[in-house]
Amino acid sequence: MRPFTYERALDAASAVRVAAETPGAKFIAGGTNLLDLMKLEIEQPARLIDIGKLPMAAIEDTPEGGLRIGSMATNSHVAADARVRSRYAVLTQAIVAGGSGQLRNKATTGGNLLQRTRCAYFYDTTKPCNKRQPGSGCGALEGLNRNSAIFGASHACIATHPSDMAVALAALDARVETLSPSGKVRAFPIIELHRLPGETPDVETHLIPGELITAVVLPPPPPGGQIYRKVRDRASYSAGLASVAVAGRNVALGAVAHKPWRAVEAEGALESGGSPAEAIAAELKGASDNGRNGFKINLVSRLVPVAIEAARQQGNGA
Amino acid sequence: MSSVSDWEAASNPVKENRAGIIGKAVDRYEGPLKVTGTAPYAYEVQPPSPPAYGAMVSAPIAHGRITAVDTAAAEASPGVLLVWTHRNKPTQGPRPERYDFFTPSPRPALESDRVHFFGQQVAIVVADTLENAQAAAALVKLEFEADPQAVDFRNHYDEAVQPPGESDVEIGDFEAGFAASPVKIDDVWRTPLQNHCQMEPCATTAWWEGDQCTVHTSVQMVRFAQNSLAETLMVPHKNVRLLTRYVGGGFGGKGSFYEDLVLAALAARELGRPVKLAFSRQQMMHGTVHRPATEQRVRLGATADGKLTAMSIMTITHCDRRGNFTEHASNFARSLYAAPNRLTGHRLVRLDLPVASAMRAPGEASGTLGLEVAMDELAEKLGIDPVELRILNEPEVDPENGRPFSIRQLVRCMREGAQLFGWDKRNSVPGQVRDGRWLVGVGMAAAIRGNFLLPAKASFTVDAMGLITVRQGMTDIGTGTYTVLAQIAAETLGVPLGDVRVEIGDSELPPAPGSGGQFGAATAGSAALDAGMNLRQAITEIAVADPASPLFGGPAEQITFQDGVIAIANRSERLSELIRRNRPEGLTAEGEIRPAADSSKWSQHTYGAHYVEVGVDTITGEVRTRRMLGVFAAGRILNWKTARSQLTGGMIWGVGSALTEGNAVDPRYGSLINQDLASYLVPVQADIGDVEAIMLDEVDDKANPMGIKGVGELGISGAGAAVANAIYNACGVRVRDYPITPDKLLAALS
Repeated sequence: MRPFTYERALDAASAVRVAAETPGAKFIAGGTNLLDLMKLEIEQPARLIDIGKLPMAAIEDTPEGGLRIGSMATNSHVAADARVRSRYAVLTQAIVAGGSGQLRNKATTGGNLLQRTRCAYFYDTTKPCNKRQPGSGCGALEGLNRNSAIFGASHACIATHPSDMAVALAALDARVETLSPSGKVRAFPIIELHRLPGETPDVETHLIPGELITAVVLPPPPPGGQIYRKVRDRASYSAGLASVAVAGRNVALGAVAHKPWRAVEAEGALESGGSPAEAIAAELKGASDNGRNGFKINLVSRLVPVAIEAARQQGNGA
Repeated sequence: MSSVSDWEAASNPVKENRAGIIGKAVDRYEGPLKVTGTAPYAYEVQPPSPPAYGAMVSAPIAHGRITAVDTAAAEASPGVLLVWTHRNKPTQGPRPERYDFFTPSPRPALESDRVHFFGQQVAIVVADTLENAQAAAALVKLEFEADPQAVDFRNHYDEAVQPPGESDVEIGDFEAGFAASPVKIDDVWRTPLQNHCQMEPCATTAWWEGDQCTVHTSVQMVRFAQNSLAETLMVPHKNVRLLTRYVGGGFGGKGSFYEDLVLAALAARELGRPVKLAFSRQQMMHGTVHRPATEQRVRLGATADGKLTAMSIMTITHCDRRGNFTEHASNFARSLYAAPNRLTGHRLVRLDLPVASAMRAPGEASGTLGLEVAMDELAEKLGIDPVELRILNEPEVDPENGRPFSIRQLVRCMREGAQLFGWDKRNSVPGQVRDGRWLVGVGMAAAIRGNFLLPAKASFTVDAMGLITVRQGMTDIGTGTYTVLAQIAAETLGVPLGDVRVEIGDSELPPAPGSGGQFGAATAGSAALDAGMNLRQAITEIAVADPASPLFGGPAEQITFQDGVIAIANRSERLSELIRRNRPEGLTAEGEIRPAADSSKWSQHTYGAHYVEVGVDTITGEVRTRRMLGVFAAGRILNWKTARSQLTGGMIWGVGSALTEGNAVDPRYGSLINQDLASYLVPVQADIGDVEAIMLDEVDDKANPMGIKGVGELGISGAGAAVANAIYNACGVRVRDYPITPDKLLAALS
């Protein structure tokens, strides 16, 4: 591990200021991903700014009838919140499908969104990876890429975003609130947080340097059922092979792209009266495989209609 | 040398089990230390003075050589005490042409500029802190020149050779018998390379006092590692004391030892200061050993009424260039089923991959995944229940060599398992049982694993408090050695369990071969029993000769040992009283065990039957185990609890072998894709529904004086095949390329 400085932020304003003025600074909260990456020297921050104690862990009702989840709220806390469980069941289901109990106790809402890919070539520092070392190439492209992206990949990167929680948030039309080093507060749809890899897979979000996620805001729950289904090699503590979040008419997919993938083509097809199978077929027109991950296209085509039907039944029953 | 009939004839306290300690579910002797984090594992041992810390650098190529070395930046890095590569490493004993499991020999580290496999250790940095060592290790600049590499097993079958010293074993005329069989199975199964993934990585704390080297390390074989290390260091064996008190999992992967041991000892000598050195999880994957992949062609021929007429397993597997290890996936079949025409053998491909070696039930764990599924396929083809098909082909004597079985209760395992599991409720037509999103199926498989006994010694001491100390250069790799040795001592000397201390894992103690091949309990325990019997004899001689003892005058043959009291008829005294009067410094007796001269007259194995129920989600291809039952016959059971833990642990591992576990080689780099426990998937709690292991009452008096056998490797043997058979019963699909992951199952289902 490389030497670095560590400090605990006193407030959000000073945290973003310090982060912006130090190249290579990183926020740390739960540390469940960052510390692993530092041990492997994939992340080599010069300065760690601990935001874990900042008063941003509350889950509050919004005047609009939604919820504002502080970015420091732990995954366990959010999943167990009675309002989340009753009105945003898809979010609880998605969170508990991720990581392990111990990880969820430490991992925060903001950190979960900013976790990095589990691509094996990203983790193995002897291999080329444009995300880890821009310009070095993509080891996964011609490699053992069983769990790589089927949507939005580029020749530079075929990695997927591993978050389950983010997939549910995408289906729920959540918005992300941030604080910029200039003191500016902004909010934008979560689907605009992450980028597709393009030529610069090392740049994973639209956040500017030092910008801090302060909260995730859920609008009132959409009418209809909600469900999260994750397919994985083992029953727990396993990255998804594919996942789907359905919230009313909204459909989002996980483990299929560099970002949580809002299935807008499928939603459009459903809107115009298509069956769930037709809807996902429409979405999958934009899918492509990289050799070993083609099964994911088949998997998504089987998984999503079942999830949509299940959510509909739930919605009709409610 | 004793004979099997001596063992059968002689009674002993373990057989008599008067206090009832043998077989009991005794809690782990060292359990409280482990669960409170106070059992010091090798890296945690406190050395006599502040240690330095090592970090190793691993080769990023599979085959080639180091062409340039620049350690200037590493040496200048804060806190660095030493940087070694092949250029400046200390002189060490020369590597022999081939290694084997039991012959100690030098294992020089940083041997030369040659890189033999990806992840080979090529440099070490030692610094004042672990962090400084790791930071400096990243600054070691090495340049490599790659040679052509052969790493893709399946592309090199044409280079497969007969393993040295082996030949195919044919009984009858297999080809003719198979050709003439009215019902045939001829399929190929593939198993992947697997890593041991012990919880505790290989690690060493080493220091020197004068010319005496002390190492605390994590190995399965004490003397082997001690002697090999001494020969590597080029010092007399006695100058090395090797301790391995607690081992966080071995599974065969710590049967040998690695650079942590050698380099820690060398660096500690060089620096005159203790050194700690451990493998990282990533380094464990390449830098130690693995179970190699196999391809098994299984052919079965049978009559229409279910009698096997021909049986063959031919296995292709791989090992490293300099090794000889063969995953003998065909061997177990030689003793399992009767068939007049039989052919088994192996072919070995040498590759530029890390070192292949033994992993839990080497041979059986891989091989049962083929044959025991082939039997299921044959049963279906014949329209015979899989249990009944196996019973139809139960041999009366070992079908390969005609030797009688020492005891064989495979049929009873299958029958009792079928009854307990509810096998009669099985619908033999696949795909008929649904439970919500799951198609439910059941499957079974037989289990077999050989039984072995090796030479070992032990000593027992009784002190003036009446406490018994067992001493043996044995290891406990999580199996329960401490506990069963304490039980044997308590039962043999008639003292409460709490009055027994067990000292193992130390090369200064009487030698035992260690843990492996499920020979540990029988081997170490039999030597311990002998030491206990000799101590009883010594105590008796003192008692009947001591005028101050109520036992004075004997008759010696009537002496009893019970509750810390020795008695003859109604005359008794406390054992501690006798020792205090006569041997206040304590009384010690040695014991030993050797295989019986005639033990090879019998075919000796442990047996079992696995029953598994799985759910298959046909939308997603996911498989989840719902319940498992294993019924096992493995001789007398010393400790119900630790034996059951080993068996269920093996069964769970079998689930992993069937469903999730395996590593893949990226042929471009010769490296393994899964390098941590988030990507190398072993089962977690949620993958395993109900799991139960039943142990039949059994005594195998031909195995050793206690009539016990091993259980460490039996539980995994066959378990994965039962899962695969249950998947077929659930959804009608066979995947013969393990592990059976959702992508493969979906492809077959679609």
